[in-house]
Amino acid sequence: MLRLIRDEVLKTFLKKRTYLGFGIILLIVPLIEIAMNLEGSHFITAITRTLARDFFFSGSLFNGWFIAYMIMNSLWLHVPLLISFVVGDQLAGEATAGTYRLILIRPVSRAKIFFAKYAASLIYTFLFVAFLACLSIGLALFLAGRGDLLVSKGEILVLADSDVAWRFMVAYVFALWTMTTVASISFFFSSFVENSIGPIVGTMGVIIVCSVITLMPIQLFDALRPHLFTSYLDLWSRVFAEPVDWEKIRTGALYLGGYSFASVAVAWYIFVRKDILS
Amino acid sequence: MNPEIVLKTRNLGKHYRHRWAVRNLNLEVYRGDVFGFLGPNGAGKSTTIRMILSLIRPTEGEIELFGYPLSSERRKALAHTSGLVEKADFYLYLSALRNLEILGTLSGGIDRRRIQEIIDLVGLSGRENDRVKTYSHGMKQRLGIAQALLADPDLVILDEPMNGLDPQGIKEIRDLIVHLARDRKKTILLSSHLLSEIELVANRMAIINRGELAAQGEVEALLEHGEQYVNLKAGPAEKVRQILEEKGIRVRSFDEGTGEFSLDIRFEETADLTAALVRAEVEVHAVVPRRSLEDYFLSITENGAE
Ligand SMILES: Nc1ncnc2c1ncn2[C@@H]1O[C@H](COP(=O)(O)OP(=O)(O)O)[C@@H](O)[C@H]1O
Ligand SMILES: [Mg+2]
Repeated sequence: MLRLIRDEVLKTFLKKRTYLGFGIILLIVPLIEIAMNLEGSHFITAITRTLARDFFFSGSLFNGWFIAYMIMNSLWLHVPLLISFVVGDQLAGEATAGTYRLILIRPVSRAKIFFAKYAASLIYTFLFVAFLACLSIGLALFLAGRGDLLVSKGEILVLADSDVAWRFMVAYVFALWTMTTVASISFFFSSFVENSIGPIVGTMGVIIVCSVITLMPIQLFDALRPHLFTSYLDLWSRVFAEPVDWEKIRTGALYLGGYSFASVAVAWYIFVRKDILS
Repeated sequence: MNPEIVLKTRNLGKHYRHRWAVRNLNLEVYRGDVFGFLGPNGAGKSTTIRMILSLIRPTEGEIELFGYPLSSERRKALAHTSGLVEKADFYLYLSALRNLEILGTLSGGIDRRRIQEIIDLVGLSGRENDRVKTYSHGMKQRLGIAQALLADPDLVILDEPMNGLDPQGIKEIRDLIVHLARDRKKTILLSSHLLSEIELVANRMAIINRGELAAQGEVEALLEHGEQYVNLKAGPAEKVRQILEEKGIRVRSFDEGTGEFSLDIRFEETADLTAALVRAEVEVHAVVPRRSLEDYFLSITENGAE
């Protein structure tokens, strides 16, 4: 099984499309961070002017933590797109390349191949999120240094410099957990769509439709909202609160896990029974 | 002593949305056979092969490989079976060697020496580190056979491996098949839509048409059992009839439009007849030896499967 996973990882990382996501992140994150850094204090004076009267801050509120926090806030749709680009191709890519006909005629069970590919998808997702985390936080701190973190989400909150690092770590763990759900949904589409854009369109379609329901202030959707995974896409941001509502985070994490499990279970059910006609 | 049956299908059938692509198919392939699986395009050859290699699920019937039912003991059934279904597709962005390594893992782990040996066997040495993207159709097809040989299977199933190749490529593949059968003692199931291709290499064969079995048996027996006759195009017709009568040759049919006779004689007798015709100053345009199996096959091919 380990050798199967190793080969799937190898196949994934020898493909050009795998590096597109990394390339875009490598381009876009420095671009945003450098630009923000140039804009600098303008960016933040508006909010801080009102605050400065009532609070006392240590150092500038425009700092690396703030930039890294803004990056996390702004990429919540782009990262799923880039993940589905690679994960959606895991199974569908074999269909379009005609290589199902090579791998599924061998005395290895389809279930093993399926889980090797899912494992490779998770490994990719992990590396991608880790790359994003290291690059965005590392560069931001390098450019703008540390300081207290200003969080404005409904109400304004300032977290002390010493209280921020662990929050980023935990936030990225939850971001990874969320992206695992995105990857699982892509994998689900990949199991029965037999072209390369189908799984991407499917994944993004689900995210966009659910997000609309999540974000629209329509009462009819109220009952539905807590059950949609998109309500928990920004689960990570709950870590930047005081006090942290762990109960809410737990519920969200469970929902996300449930969606991942259901997606993969259905995908597995489809895949092992599927007629290979490509 | 009965020969060992390595592949057996029992009332095999596959239904697609509106129709049966294969129905009631009973094949028996013996150890050591080069088994020709003949049928016009759309007859159901690939569908059958996909079922045997577990790519698609039969709608009805059963498949047994080496005595193991495919439906319940897939791993054992496929342990000594491999093949190439339709055209040879690979991971184009990887080298041939890497492709074979990855497929080797799925075949239970194949060491480097063995892979190199197979690359040599199919005549791709020197190119194994090139990406498959750069391969010609013929090279891919040979690589396709190579991947089928990785785990040293006893039964190799090849689905129209010569399709789309130039005469040189066809000959290479044919020689390879003969080598595998004769020197490596492989059992081979070879599908084709050309009787001539099957005739050259197979000892047994089945003919499939519109998803159903039309004939199965020894190639020689099927060919011999089918009557031989000769088509003769010569004129004037009156004179030809007279000579045929003198020689006591039965006329099966005569086509007024083309002036073609169909004659009941053995191939060996044609030289004598032609000489007689020429002596009598008959204009001989064509003498074509025919076999009824070939005709039968041509007729189903011409009418087409759909
Ligand atoms: N996915 C499919 N859906 C519906 N019909 C199919 C499908 N694949 C093949 N067929 C039909 O099944 C029949 C057999 O096809 P196939 O096995 O490919 O024939 P062959 O390999 O002998 O040319 C054809 O009539 C074809 O149109
Ligand atoms: Mg075919």
